[in-house]
Amino acid sequence: MKIAIASGKGGTGKTTLATNLAAYLSDKRDIILADLDVEEPNSGLFIRAGKIFEEIKYKMIPGWVEEDCTFCGICQNVCNFNAILNLGNQILVYPELCHSCYACSELCPKGALPMKHQRMGVLSHYRNGNINFVESHLDIGQEQSVPLIEQTLKYIDSICRKDSIVILDSPPGTSCPVIEATKDADMVILVTEPTPFGLHDLKLAVETMMTIGKDFVVVVNRYGTGNADVEEYCRGNNIRIIASIPDSRQVAELYSRGELAYDKIDDFRRSLDRIKEAIPGN
Amino acid sequence: MKEIVVISGKGGTGKTSLAASLAFLSGDEAIIADCDVDAADMHLLLSPDFAHKEDFFSGQQAIIDKQVCTLCGLCMEKCRFNAIETKGSEYFVKPIDCEGCGYCARICPVEAISMTDQCAGEFYISKTRINNTLVHARLAPGAENSGKLVAKVKKEARNLAEEENKKYVIADGSPGIGCPVISSLSGADFVLMVTEPSLSGLHDLKRVYQLVRKFDINASCIINKYDINPEITGRIMDFIQSESIVHLCNIPYSKVFTEAITAGLTVLENGHTEIEELIRDAWEKIKKNVNDKNK
Repeated sequence: MKIAIASGKGGTGKTTLATNLAAYLSDKRDIILADLDVEEPNSGLFIRAGKIFEEIKYKMIPGWVEEDCTFCGICQNVCNFNAILNLGNQILVYPELCHSCYACSELCPKGALPMKHQRMGVLSHYRNGNINFVESHLDIGQEQSVPLIEQTLKYIDSICRKDSIVILDSPPGTSCPVIEATKDADMVILVTEPTPFGLHDLKLAVETMMTIGKDFVVVVNRYGTGNADVEEYCRGNNIRIIASIPDSRQVAELYSRGELAYDKIDDFRRSLDRIKEAIPGN
Repeated sequence: MKEIVVISGKGGTGKTSLAASLAFLSGDEAIIADCDVDAADMHLLLSPDFAHKEDFFSGQQAIIDKQVCTLCGLCMEKCRFNAIETKGSEYFVKPIDCEGCGYCARICPVEAISMTDQCAGEFYISKTRINNTLVHARLAPGAENSGKLVAKVKKEARNLAEEENKKYVIADGSPGIGCPVISSLSGADFVLMVTEPSLSGLHDLKRVYQLVRKFDINASCIINKYDINPEITGRIMDFIQSESIVHLCNIPYSKVFTEAITAGLTVLENGHTEIEELIRDAWEKIKKNVNDKNK
């Protein structure tokens, strides 16, 4: 069972929900919590666990072999991402533009652009009791987060047992990183807040989920602030709100210290009860 | 002309509220650019008129012509993104997974595959209710290339600022450290980092600042909700001091941010004088620093 926790807007409470839900469910089930926000992963700040595995992650880019090159220019012509420049006496590769499609490498008549590893980040796996926590950090200056998200998901599949519940803390936004993080999930929870920003970004996230044909449910965080427009929108569009978590400065303070809230704040725990009921098979 | 970019690393720290406040204070001295194209929210506070609107094309997608396809399967074999599937006796492209590299189209022995340009979003130039110009955009749901759309928003804002002889471009950046943020930062003169005193806020601030340093841009910082956790506020203060980041102000935790957003206003228009003064003072410091740098 894979549950992706996503939102259009940043700072709505994805990480708060993902970490608390993981800890809450782990008293009875084997849990894998994964932080797929590889640009700014934060879930690890809330999970106390020992590291059991670490691995550097690479993407593949072409590496130029000068001796074999005839400067025919095919590599530059076949690259749709302008990642290769043929200067006539030198071939320049721009790793940050490369999408690792292999076209240049495999279509080079002389085999002068073999693919090589380029470091993009680090994956770590921690364990504490029933909780497995997996996170990846994108190296600073790397532009593309999708290949690292993809490899992190592959790693999760390799450690996932049949009865595990996987909770994916997704990156914010509505573009490629979110799609990568949510496309194979069995359940998507969109976290929002009851403000015009929350509503606007929720609508974008909903559109994204419809584009990829994913079912989803909504959790309203900081309930009680803002206005009722998010609820009305969901009601009007038959979108199910599975829980509303009351606004609480106390939750914000616990979050600020890297502490979980479900075992300290009853309202918060009750919201998790309702979310649990909405998970199929629970 | 000076370009000031507001970023945060972490989402939800008040970045857009503060960027909109700077837009309000700069009035017609600035062109405003909303570079958070994934989830652009600035327009909700500035009521733009969407006067100029155009489609933004970026990237391509493969399409297989079933009439021509001989089912050889080479495209599926070569695609590194698992974007080509076979169902029954048909091959087809999964749009979500297609990266638009065009490899399949190049190697198809019967030229059954063509590449089509993708509409990746919309781009706007607007007058706002406070009578400045807002350059903004909307990324199509699930589209790629948000970095390129950010680059277009910035370029257009810069051109307008040059043409109209404005002093500033004020850009609302996106969260994270990846391609849209890198695009937001490139060419900027001054960065405002908005953070909050949580372990996540501090962690994300440090990561995004490493990126800022790569660009060698002068940086400043506002700590929002500083009284949520005085201990971490202290740690952030230590960090920004040790890195010689300009500290602009600490803003207390306040419902005025949510109230202003709900009313469609900037926090300066909601009658909360303490916060208003802090932000006005921060804007004066920003102007001083931005203009000093040139001397």
